[in-house]
Amino acid sequence: MAEYTMHILVCGGTGCKASQSELIKSNFKTRLNEYGLSDEIQVILTGCFGFCEKGPIVKILPDNTFYTQVTPEDVSEIIDEHIIKGRQVERLLYKDPETQKTVSTANGMDFYKKQIRIALRNCGFINPENIEEYIGRDGYGALGTCLTEKSPEDVIRIVKESGLRGRGGGGFPTGLKWELTRKSVSDQKYVVCNADEGDPGAFMDRSILEGDPHSVIEAMAICGYCIGADKGLVYIRAEYPLAIERLKIAIRQASEYGLLGDGILGTDFNFSIEIRYGAGAFVCGEETALIHSMEGHRGEPSVKPPFPAEKGYNGKPTNVNNVETFANIPVIINKGSAWFASIGTEKSKGTKVFALAGNINNVGLIEVPMGITLREIIYDIGGGIKDGREFKAVQTGGPSGGCLTKSFLDTPIDYDNLVAAGSMMGSGGMIVLDDTSCMVAIAKFYLEFTLDESCGKCTPCRIGNKRLYEILEKITDGKGTKEDLSRLRMLSNVIKDTSLCGLGQTSPNPVLSTLDHFYDEYLAHVTTSSCPAGQCKALVHYTIDAEHCTGCTLCFRNCPVGAISGEKRSPHYIDQSLCIKCGVCFEKCKFDAVLIA
Amino acid sequence: MEMINLTIDNKPVVVPYGTTILKAASGIGIDIPTLCYMKLDDMNIENKPGGCRVCVVEVKGRRNLSPACCTEVTEGMEVETHTIRAVNARRTVVELILSDHPADCLICAKSGNCDLQDMAHHLGVRKIHYEGEKSMYREDTSPAIIREIDKCIMCRRCETMCNDVQTVGVLSAVNRGFHAVVAPAFEMNLDHSVCTYCGQCVAVCPTGALTEVDETGAVIRALSDPTKTVIVQTAPAVRAALGEEFGMEAGTLVTGKMVAALRRLGFNYVFDTDFAADLTIMEEGTELLTRLSAFIAGDKKVKLPILTSCCPAWVKFFEHSFPELKDIPSTARSPQQMFGSIAKTYFADKIEVKRENLVVVSIMPCVAKKYESSRPEFSVNGNPDVDFALTTRELARLIKLGNIDFKALPNEDFDQPLGESTGAAVIFGTTGGVIEAAVRTAYEIFTGKPLPRLDFEELRGMDGLRKATIDFNGTPIHIGIAHGLGNARKLLEEIQAGKSEFHAIEIMSCPGGCIGGGGQPYHHGDAEILKKRQRAIYSEDTNKTIRKSHENPYITKLYEEFLGAPNSEKSHHLLHTKYFDRS
Repeated sequence: MAEYTMHILVCGGTGCKASQSELIKSNFKTRLNEYGLSDEIQVILTGCFGFCEKGPIVKILPDNTFYTQVTPEDVSEIIDEHIIKGRQVERLLYKDPETQKTVSTANGMDFYKKQIRIALRNCGFINPENIEEYIGRDGYGALGTCLTEKSPEDVIRIVKESGLRGRGGGGFPTGLKWELTRKSVSDQKYVVCNADEGDPGAFMDRSILEGDPHSVIEAMAICGYCIGADKGLVYIRAEYPLAIERLKIAIRQASEYGLLGDGILGTDFNFSIEIRYGAGAFVCGEETALIHSMEGHRGEPSVKPPFPAEKGYNGKPTNVNNVETFANIPVIINKGSAWFASIGTEKSKGTKVFALAGNINNVGLIEVPMGITLREIIYDIGGGIKDGREFKAVQTGGPSGGCLTKSFLDTPIDYDNLVAAGSMMGSGGMIVLDDTSCMVAIAKFYLEFTLDESCGKCTPCRIGNKRLYEILEKITDGKGTKEDLSRLRMLSNVIKDTSLCGLGQTSPNPVLSTLDHFYDEYLAHVTTSSCPAGQCKALVHYTIDAEHCTGCTLCFRNCPVGAISGEKRSPHYIDQSLCIKCGVCFEKCKFDAVLIA
Repeated sequence: MEMINLTIDNKPVVVPYGTTILKAASGIGIDIPTLCYMKLDDMNIENKPGGCRVCVVEVKGRRNLSPACCTEVTEGMEVETHTIRAVNARRTVVELILSDHPADCLICAKSGNCDLQDMAHHLGVRKIHYEGEKSMYREDTSPAIIREIDKCIMCRRCETMCNDVQTVGVLSAVNRGFHAVVAPAFEMNLDHSVCTYCGQCVAVCPTGALTEVDETGAVIRALSDPTKTVIVQTAPAVRAALGEEFGMEAGTLVTGKMVAALRRLGFNYVFDTDFAADLTIMEEGTELLTRLSAFIAGDKKVKLPILTSCCPAWVKFFEHSFPELKDIPSTARSPQQMFGSIAKTYFADKIEVKRENLVVVSIMPCVAKKYESSRPEFSVNGNPDVDFALTTRELARLIKLGNIDFKALPNEDFDQPLGESTGAAVIFGTTGGVIEAAVRTAYEIFTGKPLPRLDFEELRGMDGLRKATIDFNGTPIHIGIAHGLGNARKLLEEIQAGKSEFHAIEIMSCPGGCIGGGGQPYHHGDAEILKKRQRAIYSEDTNKTIRKSHENPYITKLYEEFLGAPNSEKSHHLLHTKYFDRS
């Protein structure tokens, strides 16, 4: 094997790949070839670096230079300047938005400073398609320790003591789940990895599988050892082709290295992993629905109990954990439960990966310790609200979660605090909203998602959510009444109270939390027929303030429906019967003469 | 057995481990309403998706309400079934269902027999507080079953019957969310599917989403057409159930009243399918004995076991799923079709009515009989042997339209010659009956000796799969019985694998046999009704003076005057059929 003196890490996450990172990689290879440096400098397509806002990312080791928004055309310059001459390409370095100073390494960036990367420890560091690199970073050491030095009970105790809870949303103690499945008596048991990540905007599981698939494979084998299963299944949505590809490569390599298969590491422990594809139904993230889908049945949940730990895949005891949960396991074994438990809050240990999105400067994937505040996430890591606007709310937990307001900015984030605040951890979607967001419309947006994704098995979720949506629609159309608001709350509560699975039991959360925190906004819609955020088209009117209008004709020229009339250099006028409320005039006007009311 | 202590509505109750809240409550007189849930006791049929959420109750310490039908009791559990929270949730759920339901109760085929209607009434729903989009689907009409799935409430009972019980697998949930509904794959029409028309989906549908094709109008028109002679045949299971439609206790035999009613409706001759059942025994029994004798004589080519062929859903089932076995079932037509064939030849000649002017109506406990009568091989020059096959329920509607006070009717007798029958024919209406009737005749013909006994208890019962060995005077005859197509499938798979030990197998598609047919009065999940009908059938058998098919004098006469001998060429032409590969 060649001894490389330098490594060029190119982000191979789905986002950066979409921005031609593969071409960047091949350009690097071509240029290095031309210089005859191929044996000295290695180019690797890694997993996601997390800082998607500034992708594609290229990182140069050993000096840790972190280049942002690299294009395939930039490759020559990086090679000529950085590699050959040893000078950083200044213009591709991250610029701190406040100080305007360039920052050359990740450690120096606010985006990374407050992060602790456990589940994402290898993402962006190793070539996920090379098992040696994973092994080089202590990979499969934990499995070796478990198989040769520890009994299954010992391992379960470590996981229990670590305080690790399920990262898929439910937050069930992982060690306890393993223990329950271990206690079930059966000739066959299964370990299932839930990689059916369905929250809109969340992509931590995909990133882990794309960036560090071996961590999940190793953890599944450890789990199999603990519960007494020799078979693992990864349920992954078919629209994650890159994750599937890398997982397949990883499974093959692990098998070749004797880390999967029969007699692993010379012990009598056998474990193999198969992949099962999902068709991308959100509800299949619910473990009973997932199991039904794997069995070839319609992906819909069934009543629990029996829990999968007693009766799961093919009626056999099955332990289902999510990707991120598994990714934590090897580190917990290697570093010990006390180390892991030292991170986080009293009841929520370790870290959580969030997909930061919405009206925020630094969109991306972050891993932060439990107990961090929303303020730290949004302002320190996320770089604050886009365009300097006002923070309004943050939606956590995806479509099952709720909206939190300013008053929660300093609440330490953990499973229990989020639930107490009317939201939830979910799988870690975090969408930041600024003052231009209408909260009624936001609730409607999330409900529309659940409506599409409900399996339709139980009445409250199938019809209740539909009616809930229709009431919200009525309100945003300006036809709502005050009675509708109490009806919304009542119906939401019944849906939560009576739905069969977690999807229905949480689907009204966006409605309830916005009703709780933004009741005035709802009230404005139904009593004064106005949308305070100016978002609900039916309630908005664009008018031109004659005093400010200079008659520049810009609005007139841009109106797509010819609703604006007026003479040059004299005030213009909007014909309300023609206006389609597209808002172009408002955006184009340079004199703030277009008013929204 | 581990016992669990709990309280329901503050009443203490002790039940075995594994009992549901619903069952525990019913034991102490607390009747928690259910909608999707259905259980046929002792028949291994249960639909328990936990989907409708009508039966939700409050369990202390649990965050959400729990469905009583599928929540098992735990030690110390405190259940409250009618708190304001539970009642409000229950009513809201029903209102939600109603908000997506066509409000055409007054003219719906299920009006008065609808579980959803009952539930709205039971809960005192007086206003539907929700409105919005309603599900709209096209109506799907097949030869036997109509699907009007605007009325589907996703209870999944039909799905349980079609998949778990019948293993036919036509109906299942499709689409998601608000658009989720039960339908054949790709929302195709039933008649493009492998549907057997067994009608068990219809039998359990709580609403008007699945109903039989209604042919009462056509029959009324035929009855009022002066150029037509209209005759009717009634299947054995009808007489044990028809009374239920008029408020009579399940299991009340109404043979005489039924005949009287049919006569009052204007049928020119009221005959009995039982006559044709006796004829079936002659044909099928002879076929069995022929194959059996050849087998005993060492003929390796002979196909055994022989399978009964009276049930049209069963016939369609094996044509779709086991076409390679289509040489095994008896070639004898079903009693309905034997009747039609004889009526439109032998009887038409007798009364000198042209085939085209003779209308044969049958009253069946079955919806598949509608399909069977429409099969082209049962027509002559486009004129079907059986013109209309009505269900028991349709006959009740006719009687009501005829302003007939059913309960007050006198008992009347069937007309002759196609109205005479034996006890052996009556028991065709229940699982085990056809094979018992066949045994009574085959034994005497095979051994040349009179039967030492007439009741074969070992062939009776409600177990889905039964087997018995009957001693034919030294020759043991192994008999298998299956009701429900899922059970039939098991026996067929044994035959495919060459592991079947049976000489003869009786198969009926519907659980319980024809007494539980898809055309019978709705049982609403009460298995006791089926058992009562079964008992009625056997008591009718016991009351008959002649109880062996080959002793039916009109059958003997039919062979003498017309057919010659069983399995003769003429018999083959008129009374036998062939099967098709529909795979």
